[in-house]
Amino acid sequence: MTMDVQSNAVIEPITTSAPPHPLVEFWYHFRQNTGAVIGLVVIVALVFLAVFADFLMPHSPLEQYRDAILVPPVWHEGGSWTFVLGTDDIGRDMLSRLMHGARLSLLIGAIVVTLSLAVGLALGMASGFFGGVVDITIMRLMDIVLALPSLLLAIVVAAILGPGLFNAMLSVSVVVVPHYARLTRAAVMAEMSKDYVIASRVAGAGPLRLMLVNVLPNCMAPLIVQATLGFSTAILDAAALGFLGLGAQPPTPEWGTMLASSLQFLQRASWVVTWPGVAILITVLAFNLLGDGLRDALDPKLKR
Amino acid sequence: MLRFILTRASLVIPTFLGVTFLSFLLIRLVPGDPIEVRVGERGIPPERLAQLRHEMGLDQPMWKQFADYIGNVLSGDLGTSIVTQNPVLDEFFTLFPATVELGLAAMVFAVLAGLPAGIIAAVKRGSWFDHGVMGLSLTGYSMPIFWWGLLLILFFSVQLGLTPVSGRLDLLYYVEPVTGFMLVDTWLSGEKGAFASALRHLVLPAIVLGTIPLAVIARMTRSAMLEVLGEDYIRTGRAKGLSEGRVIGLHALRNALIPVVTVIGLQVGTLLGGAILTETIFSWPGVGKWLVESINRRDYPALQGGVLLIATTVMTVNLLVDLLYGVLNPRIRHAR
Repeated sequence: MTMDVQSNAVIEPITTSAPPHPLVEFWYHFRQNTGAVIGLVVIVALVFLAVFADFLMPHSPLEQYRDAILVPPVWHEGGSWTFVLGTDDIGRDMLSRLMHGARLSLLIGAIVVTLSLAVGLALGMASGFFGGVVDITIMRLMDIVLALPSLLLAIVVAAILGPGLFNAMLSVSVVVVPHYARLTRAAVMAEMSKDYVIASRVAGAGPLRLMLVNVLPNCMAPLIVQATLGFSTAILDAAALGFLGLGAQPPTPEWGTMLASSLQFLQRASWVVTWPGVAILITVLAFNLLGDGLRDALDPKLKR
Repeated sequence: MLRFILTRASLVIPTFLGVTFLSFLLIRLVPGDPIEVRVGERGIPPERLAQLRHEMGLDQPMWKQFADYIGNVLSGDLGTSIVTQNPVLDEFFTLFPATVELGLAAMVFAVLAGLPAGIIAAVKRGSWFDHGVMGLSLTGYSMPIFWWGLLLILFFSVQLGLTPVSGRLDLLYYVEPVTGFMLVDTWLSGEKGAFASALRHLVLPAIVLGTIPLAVIARMTRSAMLEVLGEDYIRTGRAKGLSEGRVIGLHALRNALIPVVTVIGLQVGTLLGGAILTETIFSWPGVGKWLVESINRRDYPALQGGVLLIATTVMTVNLLVDLLYGVLNPRIRHAR
């Protein structure tokens, strides 16, 4: 304490301005990464689309226009402004379905990240905090999950639980838990040996206070990055499960499911396959760009 | 050295037991009794059911069943497929070479394209080429590969008619399977047309499966090279008048390769996972497609065996990579 006062007294006359707020500093670094800013803009736009889909959709995503089957997009011959991106094999408007799909995909991302982050955080904290047998048990369990290719494990869990959107989310969550657990454990172990934690312990802080108030906030940076990248993994894997018939079931307008159910029209009407894929790619790319940007802005080692 | 190998190898045992337990649980967690799953919809009289349960050891306590399962697994008995009635192990190893061939081809593609791209991007840091490579590799990394495969089929097979849509070989040819690798088998058969056909069938699936590893390798190579290029010995090399090619190709690349090799090893799991999608799209007769079909046919013994075998493959490869890494880098071998 006295050290602080003294050093402040020495430094104050020299510094002309206060150090920037951490958020301001973060934004300064983040802004310099054009890709990350683009990613952020795309995500904000997608969230806007997803939230206001009900007002923005030109048609209902489930309504079948029997006289407008496989209408091509507007710039193709025979396309019309009624169905800007065309219609699918039973006359549903592609644009409306894609917009509704944005809502599902972002929801999948949010639920999967929340679930896996919560479980991974708890396991990683326990592992790093208690060490010993707890640590070994948890980490060996995580090794088992990691020994399987993630998509295969997701398929197995989906096969056990049965197909469906919610089960797909659960199985994708199970698969990514080890990433968060390992990351948290490493961060906790790095923090635990620092002076402020020991000081807090000496001052009589209980284990819960140590864990949640002292250590956790200082482990957040890598977890925020991983959670952002986790959105893209979740969306990709859920779409893959949907494509294999183990995720959302038709007529739910989930992007992967849409792709799978219109496969046989690939040659005749390529737009029914192209657009859902473009939607997946743009969304995943945006989250990856944002994640990379966050990593660069939050990681002090790379700042210079 | 031996000590290092043994310590590292012994770490695999608990993981292997865990994976075995997972696959043991699989068939018990699926809705329905393993026997009901096996007899399907037809139903079965209760006394016959009890007899079958006894024969299969299902009336034993759980730990006994698991011990028996491990015994069976270790002696190579992974059960029989419900659909084909063939031993699961045999089915797996008939199809496995196709997957390995596809995976190797994908890896060759990824390394041949990704390594030079990463090196040049690092050397010309900040150039248009660098931005292009980084942008493309992030796109590749974000690619839903099932869609990517469909796009390539649409363009190269449907529009241009350059490559076949599915399978490993034209029906015109029949080749005696010797190694199970179509490229090798057709080469051995001496028929030029068959070899060309096998190659044409392999190109697109290999590109699709190799896309994500390609992106990862290009990014990793670039960042490893950038790190190495800032080292003192690179400046020394330049200062004593070595040619730029020698500095980059020999001094920098050699040191940058260590993390790249690790990343390549870690891609094996990604490849096997990606093979599930790639094989489904291209009707490639490998274990990935077989697993998806097993799920759709509710052939749980096949799924159970397949999961165990794939996990074992991934663990073995990871172990080998670790050991190789220890051989190459003494610092790891002696870390205690």
